[in-house]
Amino acid sequence: MRKNLLKYIYKAKAGHTGGSLSCVDTLNVLYNRVLNVDPNNFKNPDRDRYIQSKGHCVEALFVTLADRGFFPESDLETLCKYQSHYIGHPTKKVNGVEQNTGALGHGLPICVGEAIAAKLDNKTHRVYTLIGDGELPEGSNWEAFLSAAHYKLDNLYAILDYNKQQITGNNSDVMNTASVAEKLKAFGWAVKEVDGHNLEALEEALNNGPLEKGKPNFIIAHTIKGKGVSYMEGNTKWHHGVPTPEQYELALSELTEAQALI
Amino acid sequence: MELDKIEEKDLKMGKANQEVFAEIMEALAETDRNIIAVTSDSRGSGKLVPFGQKYPNQIVEVGIAEQNLVGVAAGLASAGKKTFAVSPACFLSARALEQIKNDVCYSDNPVTLVGISAGVSYGALGTTHHSLHDYAVLRAINNLIIVAPADNFETEQAVRLAAKTNKPIYMRYGKKAMPFLNEENKTFEFGKGRVVREGSDMAIIATGETVYPAWLAAKKLEDEHGIKTTVVSMHTIKPLDIKLLEELASNGRPILTVEEHMINGGLGEACASYLFQKGFRNKFKIVGIPDEYTITGSQVEIFNHYSISKDGLYEISKKLLDI
Repeated sequence: MRKNLLKYIYKAKAGHTGGSLSCVDTLNVLYNRVLNVDPNNFKNPDRDRYIQSKGHCVEALFVTLADRGFFPESDLETLCKYQSHYIGHPTKKVNGVEQNTGALGHGLPICVGEAIAAKLDNKTHRVYTLIGDGELPEGSNWEAFLSAAHYKLDNLYAILDYNKQQITGNNSDVMNTASVAEKLKAFGWAVKEVDGHNLEALEEALNNGPLEKGKPNFIIAHTIKGKGVSYMEGNTKWHHGVPTPEQYELALSELTEAQALI
Repeated sequence: MELDKIEEKDLKMGKANQEVFAEIMEALAETDRNIIAVTSDSRGSGKLVPFGQKYPNQIVEVGIAEQNLVGVAAGLASAGKKTFAVSPACFLSARALEQIKNDVCYSDNPVTLVGISAGVSYGALGTTHHSLHDYAVLRAINNLIIVAPADNFETEQAVRLAAKTNKPIYMRYGKKAMPFLNEENKTFEFGKGRVVREGSDMAIIATGETVYPAWLAAKKLEDEHGIKTTVVSMHTIKPLDIKLLEELASNGRPILTVEEHMINGGLGEACASYLFQKGFRNKFKIVGIPDEYTITGSQVEIFNHYSISKDGLYEISKKLLDI
């Protein structure tokens, strides 16, 4: 999937490379091991909901959806091309996408609404969102943190893709998000921290019942921006960098090598 | 409060549109468990306290957090709830604008956004509490029906229709009791202006709570000069009733527009833009709040100050008619 998302970013000559590489493992686990969703009957009202708040990492979402059979992977040849449905942020025109996102701090409030509706209707499906650490300072997230706890939404899972970097640099320099676990606990959420590149750990955190009954779930996925490509890892230059042909070949060979070791 | 005395004589008084909204919400909720009101500590001013008591499972309180209000409402609507997000128009349309644009309109989640105490309803509380920008900013967003009902009849119809319409809607009204403007014309449809008085000499196109002073001015023109004026409640600002606009303009009569909104980007500019591009050159005047912070006063005092009144509109009409 890493190779695929790089391929389409490379072809589109645009994309959010670093963040997509940091969250693609989470998406892989969600769509292949956690979410109850059917590519052939996506609108089933009992499906689990996944709304990607960090919409700019759409490449990770699109390659995951294609891999899961929501649409042919070849569709992604048109990514960001004239008149394509596959734009640079999630859009409902693409099978499998719940909401149009891209502006930051929007996913969680919508998920709160979805989770309240599920509770009102006594439905058992779960509601997931993926939040980037760069968008954490958006006030709407904190409004939604309060309301999710107020309504005891233990059917709601907010996953923080915690790569600790954003477009300008490190979170700690741009806007400090340290002690996020403590902050969320104080807001009334149940919190679990996992290695966001460990598929088993992610699955265990996301696929079991609520961490605590009556509390919304905050899963902190510790990740590395640009994960899997040596020259991208931890380098904010790759927030939306597009590799040159030489860099692309190098990245592919690194990823192929890593694949062989699995 | 001179206006209030005149209205008693001419038209049957009703209630505040806000009260009608709450009554219809209760009536709808009684048979439809999918009706949900979302409030931002605004159930009191939205007259929804009895609704919340009767239907505690059909009201979602988010506290004073308008961005979350609209985001949560979008999620509820996406899950199939008939969702009314109720908050003062000033905060709803400005603070949560990005949520309206993206979560409701762009994602096509059929929320009805209810802007209460709209325009200058809050009067002397001042600019922070006035919504004189909402038509302008929301007209520039795709996939949103914008409605300002004039009287209790239109409010009831608008709320009932909103519950059946699977599209994003913004609805706004005020706190003041409104008269019934026409007991005979009982047609209401989004996107179709409602003629509340007819005459071929002039046309006044008004919206929301300004239709009432427009009606009074038209009556005075007839009483004192025999001028017959068509008065339209253009309750739907978007999509605009362009068929009716063309009909009104086609006999060349002067046209006056009136709105409880800044002149910039509101109903009047929408009408002018359409008619000018279609080649109409009728005498045309937009009455609204000019590009300034309003004077201090009640809604009626502010209306009077800016000629949104029987006498103010009468005088402006006389100038347009050269009498």
